[in-house]
Amino acid sequence: MRKAGIFLSIWLGLSVTLITGCSDNGKDEVQEVNLYSARIESLIKPLLDEFTEETGIKVNLVTGNADELLQRLQNEGRNTPADMLLTTDAGRLHRAMEVDLVEPVESEILQERIPSSYRHPEGYWFGLSLRARPIMYVKDRVDPAELSTYEALVDPRWKNRICVRSSSNIYNQSMVASMIVANGEAATEEWAKGLVANFARSPQGGDRDQISAAAAGQCDIVIANTYYLAGMLTSNDPSEREAAEKLAIFWPNQDGRGVHINVSGAAIIKDAKHRDNAIKLLEFLTSDTAQHWYAEANGEFPVRADIEKGELLEQWGEFRADPLDMDKLGEYNADALRLMDRAGWQ
Amino acid sequence: MSSLNPYRPYPLFILVLAVILSMPVVVVLAHVFVPSGDIWQHLSSTVLPDYIRNSLLLMLGVAIGTLLIGVTAAWLTTMCQFPGRGLFEWALLLPMAMPAYIIAYTYTGMLDFAGPVQMTLREWFGWQYGDYWFPQIRSLNGAVVMLTLVLYPYVYLLSRAAFLNQSICVLDVSRTLGNGPWKTFWRVALPLARPAIIAGLSLALMETLADYGTVQFFGISTFTTGIFRTWFGMGSAAAAAQLAAGLMVFVFALVIIERYSRRQARYHHTSRRHQDLRRFQLTGGRAFLAFIFCLIVLCLGFLLPALQLLSWTIHVADTVIDAEFMRLLVNSLSLAAAAAVLALVLAIVMAYAQRLYPGKLVSGAVRVAGMGYAVPGAVIAVGVMIPFAWIDNTIDDLARSHFNYSTGLLLSGTLVAVTFAYLTRFLAVSLQTVDSGLTRITHSMDEAGRSFGFRPLQILRQIHIPMLSASLMTALLLVFVDVLKELPATLILRPFNFNTLAVKAYELASDERLAEAAPAALAIVIAGIIPVILLSKTITRSRKLKLAHDEH
Repeated sequence: MRKAGIFLSIWLGLSVTLITGCSDNGKDEVQEVNLYSARIESLIKPLLDEFTEETGIKVNLVTGNADELLQRLQNEGRNTPADMLLTTDAGRLHRAMEVDLVEPVESEILQERIPSSYRHPEGYWFGLSLRARPIMYVKDRVDPAELSTYEALVDPRWKNRICVRSSSNIYNQSMVASMIVANGEAATEEWAKGLVANFARSPQGGDRDQISAAAAGQCDIVIANTYYLAGMLTSNDPSEREAAEKLAIFWPNQDGRGVHINVSGAAIIKDAKHRDNAIKLLEFLTSDTAQHWYAEANGEFPVRADIEKGELLEQWGEFRADPLDMDKLGEYNADALRLMDRAGWQ
Repeated sequence: MSSLNPYRPYPLFILVLAVILSMPVVVVLAHVFVPSGDIWQHLSSTVLPDYIRNSLLLMLGVAIGTLLIGVTAAWLTTMCQFPGRGLFEWALLLPMAMPAYIIAYTYTGMLDFAGPVQMTLREWFGWQYGDYWFPQIRSLNGAVVMLTLVLYPYVYLLSRAAFLNQSICVLDVSRTLGNGPWKTFWRVALPLARPAIIAGLSLALMETLADYGTVQFFGISTFTTGIFRTWFGMGSAAAAAQLAAGLMVFVFALVIIERYSRRQARYHHTSRRHQDLRRFQLTGGRAFLAFIFCLIVLCLGFLLPALQLLSWTIHVADTVIDAEFMRLLVNSLSLAAAAAVLALVLAIVMAYAQRLYPGKLVSGAVRVAGMGYAVPGAVIAVGVMIPFAWIDNTIDDLARSHFNYSTGLLLSGTLVAVTFAYLTRFLAVSLQTVDSGLTRITHSMDEAGRSFGFRPLQILRQIHIPMLSASLMTALLLVFVDVLKELPATLILRPFNFNTLAVKAYELASDERLAEAAPAALAIVIAGIIPVILLSKTITRSRKLKLAHDEH
């Protein structure tokens, strides 16, 4: 039994040290706020550091996959240390609201700054940056006059010419959800089948991979988020820049509902222990500095209309965005996924 | 044989341990009984056949690949003499330090249609898309190759240890009977090493089943990708658990095959007399072939991808490597070391119980405790999260109602939860290794020990641990490297402001910033190399020590 005894004492010792070590954080008087973030560290930490510098409030951060963070919040229940949840799509914010994890916020600053379509009407969540998912085409091989809408991509002329990533990806799920809202489920399923029939290859890799494949000649049309193209255009790697320069953006459905967009956004956790600090952080994330930063550092569109987008994003021009209620993206997510399964979209 | 009464404290302790360690898996599987509506029907009519077919093909491919490479390499480096043998002996372990998702990223970066290799070919020959054939890296075959390249060391390591431990007498007898190297290999060494080879193979296959990063990146629908889609995309934990249960069927099949093969091959050497192995001297063409074989495996599994990572790292080094980076390194190393030691202690306790109390109950409990290995890390993580949060909240409720004091979360969001997840997930690794080491120690030695009046624990300390030291080191190393590479459970269970190298590498790679992910990936690889070399040295030394010892 001695081995077991030794093991147990190590285990207990370890646990006690860690527990006391960790709960220390919560008890001292330092001003702080605890954040669960689905934005990766390098795309949020610089802003948080600036917030700390400005306000003296320390930000504790856990990053992770949004679904898993939601799962963690649910399990931790009222004892969760988290004050704020940050996600990269509206669907998950909607889900957090549905399972009663978040609480509405009243803030004049937020209401004034963020256009009403990019925040929840009762203040359950707030959009912080916009992510558009337009069509991109290879300049040498496609005349933009041939392009019009997402719906028109099922035309046989695009046979073996379209690259898009897997249906497991949330951006595709949200896009299809927006089409279900616009055109109904049956029509969208037909569309998905037609699109799959036009795929140049079975879906693989991420958005950047689709852009590279198109640049290299494997396909002519790509559906991808704009900030991936922006990232490639400003890359240190000359071959990436060269590839990205072969493509241009086409804003689809401009005569109709507009291009599909999603928001990255945040919500305040129910009974948050540092609620005031969390609201301060939320307001900071909509400030001029922060909004500029989204555009500069990651090529996302600021959620505020009055912020300059920077040279690159300006160059892509103005576009009409689908004014769809962002909540719907979450609502129709499961339907969208099933539909893509049936259409054989891998 | 000792007493078979399973109700003594030791076996009972094992049962309790098994219950605790299998808790995450059981929690997830318990969701099977939650009705999932029509999702299951939807799955089986659309994607389920693909999941099954792809998972089976992947396992088949990886099994063939790892056996061919692992056993051949082990035999060549332990039993044959050829130029470079001493180097390859340890260098062939290096791919183990390479996480599968990272090797997949790097090869895709190199070989994809838009990558430098095909680019160059097109430039040289003036080809266009469709003019030429090139193997598609992001395919089922590609995944098989990627997984094989990083998983063969499991087979290599365990079969090498087995070949090294084979009594020289047996091989000598084979030679005096006129068997050449080939015959000795097929008729003596291979059957004797079978338990170890199969143990290595089943580790490799369980890793294959649990792999998420590679198949997800290559866009192959398997059980693991399906679990994630169903759970999060369709919001159905129940249907996801049912898929996880489907995955467990495969795992159980593996476990049964492994057990069965071991029962068939309960060989014990009656002599522990070792001499320096007289290796088969290879000359000319054969020596060249052996050299080239090892070189290609080493290049593909390690050198090429490591060089690619290095070149990316050099590109971005000044922006990415800072004090923060050193903290990541320290976090990763200390966490991996702690988990590896704990897993080893548990494995010794369990493997020994199984040997002392060879009943169905104990061996069943040990199997159950090792079940987590084939379950994807993220599923384990959720399985850890649910019971830990429940315990925390229950304690908190009690404290609030009785003492009017809130204890908050005691376990959730601490490194205890993370470490526990590692143990659940990787115990099988140390267990398999310790167990296959134990099988090689004859029962007659136990009996001799007992006739000296040794108690079971004394037998462990005085006979087994010294004789097992190579296996113990192997177990320690395997878990260390596995934890270093582990991603999903760390990601979701870790406390505030705590990052590891794997988390960093994944975050950047998942945002498709492969070059920026390279320094962290390279650090995982380098940190993994050091124990690989240590281990290799120890195996050789322990054998030499044993030789010296045996001669007295």
